[in-house]
This record gives sequence, C-alpha cells and structure tokens, in this order.
Amino acid sequence: MEIEVGSIILAPGYEIFQPQIQSEYGYKRFSNVVTSLEFERILSASGPYRGEVKRPSDRKTPKRIAWIQCIGSRDTAVGNTYCSSVCCMYATKQVILAKDHDSELEATIFHNDIRAFGKGFERYYERAKNTPGVRYIWSKVSILRELPGTKNVVIRFRRNSTDTELSEEEFDLVVLSVGLTSSANIRELADKLSIELNQYGFCNSYPLSPIETSRAGIYVSGVFHAPKDIPDSVTMASGAASLSAQLLSERRGTLVTEKEYPPERDVTGESPRVGVFVCRCGTNIARGVDVPRVIRYARSLDNVVHAEENIFSCSIDATTQLCETIKEKGLNRVVVAACTPRTHEPVFQETLREAGLNPYLFEMANIREQCSLVHAKDKMAATRKAQDIVRMAVAKARLIKPLKQLSMGVNRSALVIGGGVSGMVSTLSLAEQGFETHLVERSEALGGIARRIHHTLEGEDIQTYLQDLITRVYKNPAIQVYTEASITEVAGYVGNFTTKVTVGAEKIVKEIAHGVTIIAAGAEEFKPTEYLYGKDSRVLTLLELEAEMTSGSERITQCNTLVIIQCVGSRDSERPYCSRVCCGQAIKNALKLKEINPEIEIYLLYRDMRTYAFKEDYYQKAAEQEVKFIRYDIDDKPEVEVIQEKGQAILRVSVTEPILGQRLVIDTDMLALGVAIVPPTDNKELSQLFKVPLNEDGFFLEAHMKLRPVDFATDGIFMCGLAHSPKFIDESSAQAQAAASRAATTLAKDFVTAEGIVCSVNENICSGCGVCELVCPYKAIQVDKERKVAKVNEALCKGCGSCGAACPSGVISMNHFKDEQILAQIEALMA
Amino acid sequence: MSPDKFEPLIVGFLCNWCSYAGADLAGTARIQYPSNIRIIRVMCSGRVDPLFITKVLRTGFDGVLVSGCHPGECHYQTGNYRARRRLAITKKFLEYIGIEPQRIQASWISASEGAKFAEVVNEVTQGVREIGPNKLFAEEGNGIKTTGGS
Repeated sequence: MEIEVGSIILAPGYEIFQPQIQSEYGYKRFSNVVTSLEFERILSASGPYRGEVKRPSDRKTPKRIAWIQCIGSRDTAVGNTYCSSVCCMYATKQVILAKDHDSELEATIFHNDIRAFGKGFERYYERAKNTPGVRYIWSKVSILRELPGTKNVVIRFRRNSTDTELSEEEFDLVVLSVGLTSSANIRELADKLSIELNQYGFCNSYPLSPIETSRAGIYVSGVFHAPKDIPDSVTMASGAASLSAQLLSERRGTLVTEKEYPPERDVTGESPRVGVFVCRCGTNIARGVDVPRVIRYARSLDNVVHAEENIFSCSIDATTQLCETIKEKGLNRVVVAACTPRTHEPVFQETLREAGLNPYLFEMANIREQCSLVHAKDKMAATRKAQDIVRMAVAKARLIKPLKQLSMGVNRSALVIGGGVSGMVSTLSLAEQGFETHLVERSEALGGIARRIHHTLEGEDIQTYLQDLITRVYKNPAIQVYTEASITEVAGYVGNFTTKVTVGAEKIVKEIAHGVTIIAAGAEEFKPTEYLYGKDSRVLTLLELEAEMTSGSERITQCNTLVIIQCVGSRDSERPYCSRVCCGQAIKNALKLKEINPEIEIYLLYRDMRTYAFKEDYYQKAAEQEVKFIRYDIDDKPEVEVIQEKGQAILRVSVTEPILGQRLVIDTDMLALGVAIVPPTDNKELSQLFKVPLNEDGFFLEAHMKLRPVDFATDGIFMCGLAHSPKFIDESSAQAQAAASRAATTLAKDFVTAEGIVCSVNENICSGCGVCELVCPYKAIQVDKERKVAKVNEALCKGCGSCGAACPSGVISMNHFKDEQILAQIEALMA
Repeated sequence: MSPDKFEPLIVGFLCNWCSYAGADLAGTARIQYPSNIRIIRVMCSGRVDPLFITKVLRTGFDGVLVSGCHPGECHYQTGNYRARRRLAITKKFLEYIGIEPQRIQASWISASEGAKFAEVVNEVTQGVREIGPNKLFAEEGNGIKTTGGS
C-alpha cells in the first residue's frame, strides 16, 4: 500500500528495560521480585489478582514491599547512563496506591536522587514521604537472597549518609523500578526515514524545537524523543500536530469527512425511561463503593428500566454498548454514575447523540471524585452516599428536557498574552497556519526571561535563536505586536472575545476581537533574602552569574572558588514546588566556568540533583570534571557569613558533609544561588480578567493534568510556557506549539456550538419587573417595554442562572438547572 | 455512621467552575472527609435560589453549604456576590423563623483548593453535629411534599 502524505509524525514509543536473569536483582530467579510494570498490573482491577495486592509466590498480601529505583537507568554497566525521568514518580504513585489498598503496608523506597520535577510532583512526593509506614532511603542496594521457606527477599543496602554500615532487611515483595529504553528495531525505522538517532536510540531532534527531527516534515512526539511522562507526551503530541498543520495549512480540511449523527429522536410525551450505568473505574470506584449493590438499588427506583455496571464506562467498548442499549431498551434518559461531569460529561453526551438522543437527556452521578475516593475508609457509608447520589441523579433525569445548541460564527484570530519564547512560538505557529494573531507584551521588548539566558546545557545559543524568533514575528504580516501593553477588559467567549488593551507609554486603548486566547505570561526569578543575597555583592543568582560569565567580567576570570546553593526558595514550606530548571542551569554554569578556568573549584550544594533524561550525562560530566557535589538537608541548610580576617572580608559557606557527617567550611570568591521560578504578581489579575484559575502556587491551572495539559476548563483559552509551570526553553517551545494546536482546533471551524444551557421566560406569567435584566451580567435579558415581558437573547446568555434565583415570580427558568429539577434532587435525598 | 450518634445530613450547592472543581480535586488527591454531605452542582453560586436553601431545611436536612468562586473570580463576573447577598438575607429570614444560623454556611473555594474543600466539609459537619438535629419542621412530617418554583 502506498500513501502520499505531506508530513509524518513519529510516536513509536519505548520499551521497558528488561533486567537480565543473571543480574544482581534476582529477577525471574526469585518469585517475589517483579518489575514496576508487573506491579502496575498487580494494582490493576483487570490484573492477575483482580486488583488485590498479592505476591506471586503464595498469593498472600505482602506486608513489606521494597521499591528499588534506577534499574536500567543512570547505569553505566548496562550502557543507559541517562535518567528515565518517570520512575521516581511512578514508584511514588505505586506507594500511595499500595497504601490505599492496605494502610498497614510498610513501603520502602531505595533510591538515588528523587526527581519529582513535574508540576505538582513535589507536593505528591512530600505527601508519600510523610505517610506513616513509608520510608525513602537514599542508598546503594543489592538483592542478596531469597529465603527458602517464606520466599521472602533479603536486600542489602548502604545508606548514602553517615551510616556507613551495611544493613540487611527482609521484604515480602520487591519491585524493580525499571527504566525506559528505545525500541529494539527503532534503527531500522530511522534508517528508512533518514532521521538521526542519539547514542541511546532516541530521536535526535532540533534542540530548541524538540518536535522537529533532523529531516524537514518529520516530527516526533512522546518518549521516542526522550523519556517523559504523560502530560509532557500529550503536550508534545499536540505540538507535533501543530507543526504538521503549519506545513499543510493550505490543504486544511480537504480530507475531512464530517461525522454524521442519526436524526434526533423526539421524546416529547414519552414517560421517562431511565438507564443507569455504574462505572467501577477499575478499582477506583469499586474498591470504595459496593457497585453491585448500587446497581440493585438503581433498579428499584421509579422509571429506571435498565441498570448495569461497567469496568470503565468511558471505554470505547462500553460507550459502543451504551449506544446499543439506548436503542435496544428505548431509553430516553441516561444516568452514568462514574467520575466528574467536568471531565467526562462530553464523552457520554457524544454517545447519546450517536444513539439519536439529545445530549442534554443525560445526567452524571459523581461517585468517584466526590464519593469513593474521599470516603475510602468506610465502604458502607460510601455505598450509601453513592446510592443517594444515583437517586438524586435519577430524580433530576426524570425532569430534564432536550435543549437546542446555537451555532455561532468564529472570529478566526488569536490573542497571545506574553511575548517571551512561548508566546512567540505560539504566535508564529498560528500565523503560519494562516490565522491573524495579536501578540501582547507587557514590557518594551519581546523575548521575556530568555533575554537573560545565553546558552542551554546542551550548548545551544539562545540569543541567536531569540533574535530569529523576534525577526520572524515582526516580519510576519499576520502578526500584530503590542508592546508596553496591558489588558484592561475582557468580554465574550470562545469564538468571539473582545479584549481591551492599553498600549505604549501614551496608553492608547485598543480593542481586539479574537476567537481564542493563549496565556503565555511567563514567570520571574525569585529574589531571595537569605544567604546574604542583596547584602554582599559576591552573592548572586544563577542568571546573574550567567550574565557576568557572558560579559567576561574580571571577577569571573579571577574566580578560584565558587559555591552554588540549590533550591533557594523552591521545595520549602512557602513554595512547595520544584523549579525544575535550576539543577540543569547550575551544571551548565559549572561546566562553562570549568571551560573558562579549568582550575576553578566548584562546590555544588544540592538536595536532589534533578538532571532528568539526557541531562544526566552533563551531571556525570561535571562530576568527572571534579565539581564537588554536596547534598544538604532542608533541616540543615548551608550557612553563609562574612568573616573579617587580615583586613579582608571573607565570604564563608559552611555545610554538613553528609557522608562524613562533618561540618565543611568553604571560603569562596563567589556564591551563586539556584533560585526559584515564581509566577508574576499580575497572574492574579489575568486570572480574574479571563476567569481562569491559578493553582496553589500561583501558576495557571489546566483543565486536566494529563488529558488536557494546555487547555483551561473554559473553552477557547489555552496556556503554555512558564505560565503553566517552570520548564526549560525547549519544553516551553513544544508546549507553545501544543497551545497553538489546541487553539487552531477552534479557529479552523466556521462555527462553535454554544452551550445549550440558557434561560427561558414563561411570558404568560412574567410581569416585566426587570429584576432579571438588572442581575444579568451579560445583558442577555431585556424587558420588552410594550408587552411588559422579559426577553432572552440566547446567544448572549452564558447560563449562570442568576436571573432564575432573582425572579420574584419564578418565571425565568434556567434550563437544565430548573427550580423543579433542583428541588427534585433535594426531595430525592430525603426519600 | 453509627446509629447511636447523631450524624447530620448536609446539602452542598457548589458552583461548577470553582468549588465543584475543588471538590473533585479533593477526590483526585484522595483527601478524606466526612460522608455527611450530598452535593448539588449548579453552574454558578448565583443560581442558588433562597427557595433551595429553605427547601433543604424544611425537608429536614440539618445543614446547608453554599460555595462559589472567590470574590473577583466568579466565572460569570458577579454571581458569587449575588449569592452572598441572597444568602445573608435568607439566613436572617430563617433565623427569624427559628433556624440556627450555623446551619447555613457559605465559603469561597477555588478549583485548586481541594484541601480547603475537605476542611470546610469537616468544619460544617462538626458545627452542625454540635447543634444537633434540625427539628424545626419535624411536626410537619418528614419533609414537605409540594414542589414548584414559587
């Protein structure tokens, strides 16, 4: 078969590192040593023990489980010197899940650096670490033997701390946290496509635009590029779609076949025939809630003509079956008791349309996020609550009505907020796909924080890259740039936003009409108050050090000793997140300084070195060049002081050396601080203007961490770059492509479908008092003065329902959230 | 819930964009809280009609929680302010007819405040547990049978 294509996206995935039978870990020789992927299956509802945690040898519940990290990663012996990036977090997740199964479990993680560098990961790691019965032990380990009778496994380990003794401990089950490797036959594919691979068999792509392979028109996404987790893979996949779309924009839509739906069945006059589908969600719901009992209960409710359970209601199999069941049983209302409607309602509404039902004849009962997961310790209470939730949903379902969705035209232009690398890459991508794009930057010049970065760890020249981006932005006729611009007012919704911007020193007010918005507002460098920063000129941040190195200042060339302290303002109680880039940044500067002056002594004081993926090789290189790495504990931070000696002010750093347990005192010429990346203070304002949320740390909060990593829950608004979370330039660039891709899915349409949940007026009773007109924030209601009735403009109504609550005579109803529907929910609860 | 101890039943009205999302986050983060609450999703806290609150208490529930976006963060501009004002008046009215004001609670919970949601449920449950069952309408039978919007 021959297929002609304009571009190719490579997503061939990866393989799991296979420990050799002869290896020191006893895999396949000892029955209770499993890989992390095998343990993932053990945890799974569809796994070998149907979701109960048992061990292979005797099917007993293990009471002591050990995880051993870095199997096949960071290992010169097997040739995989890179870090697999995901094992620290999947092991942490497995610990939390295993503890959910059995709170008595003793979990031990034998690890090297813990690399919890992703968004929200540090909090998750801290939570696992502080769970009773969980130990993280920084150590070197080997598996010693299997005990003949019990088949328990003995692990020998030596802590990387003052404890130099070898210890031995017995475990019921050992999990090997295996790394990610490239596929065995990948070279064949690479040769056929003439693309370059790196030494480990991963794709060698353009360092600052990592989706582009060495061959034009061929793009890469996922782990084939480098080991990465799901959010980063999903992001990169969207980005690859965007680059393809840029190339093929002229042919957009030419191969598309519109999906056809059967005609909508008219259910007027039918009495409600409700189908209830209860999801087990693997074990996520089924462990906390007695699902068969909920099913039996649902069958006893009036108007319920069908009830069944699904392992995963959202799976293709289950939704196909749902579609069939609707037709077969003549259902005219559907209740799915599963997770939250905020993520999954659209999936099931789509199925209803496929079955010929109006999508609003659907009601979701949230028995996962708001029941099984939060009442995990009391199955009886959770089951009772789940029954209540289902009963409420059925009560509402009986009364819900089909709704119409209006189609509205799309303004095919975009607004991008933030003129840094992310904002510019998004802007260029959209413009190259043919969409007019407005780029708004708060400062006088484009470039953002990248203006202060000169090269990457991998040696790429950032300033050249940045100049090229800026030139391309200014030269592109589809791009309008506004500098010294700030946003003052935002109105509208997906497809039709209107944003007011004041531009330039003269504060000229511009009104921009646009269909989508991308928030790429960037982030800032944290300015610390500790370690004498701001008090002694020899103490500076890593970015300030980089600036001096680039300008070739004398104190750099004459610097004989440099101390770098990491995690300044990150991973502490005030900012419990990892800033992700500082470890790489510190190594980068250390290596560069060694190049400038090979004699320089560099001490790098760190908590965990988080040089993930191929950055690990630079960490090794720095160690080989005798950069001295000293690990410190957050409870025993380094101390910095200035000592007057022989008329000189000596900058002195002291820190506990963990292996010897002694205080190490370093007199240094300079001290560099790996400071946190912090969200800009005006994020709050932007979040309020666009009505999009921030997370606890002040970065923008995506609709779903894995499924929708660059979308906001609000349609038509997207995010990328540091606005989302700390990340490297190449990662920002890939995420910016992803945001452009997601934005283009709206811009490519002629129409967007507006929400069908709008209000309506019973004109027979309305007295035209105008209270609703007063409370409507969208001016969607006006009183017809002659007829004395309120009139709703459905295109403007956003469905908040304020009018419904305000109407003194109860004649405005908020469709889908009508008074009688909500009252029925309340009554059902007491039934 | 053991039968010998009073366990209150509480109805929570949560707005779709902030508080309901916060409750979802409590779930994905697996933060445990008492199972006494039953949640009704509305698009905006501004939708919460005084009628609903009255209905909840007349039906015999022990407490009601209304939660929306933080001030200035309402997805619909001003719905949460309206909710706050309406709730204040409703509370006064219900207090007048003999409902303990502690039974009616409001809070602002954002989409990122899963822990706060759990905390609020804890507090509301505990607070209502302390004042005991809502008996004001007990003589009218367990709940009022009429429905309707006015």
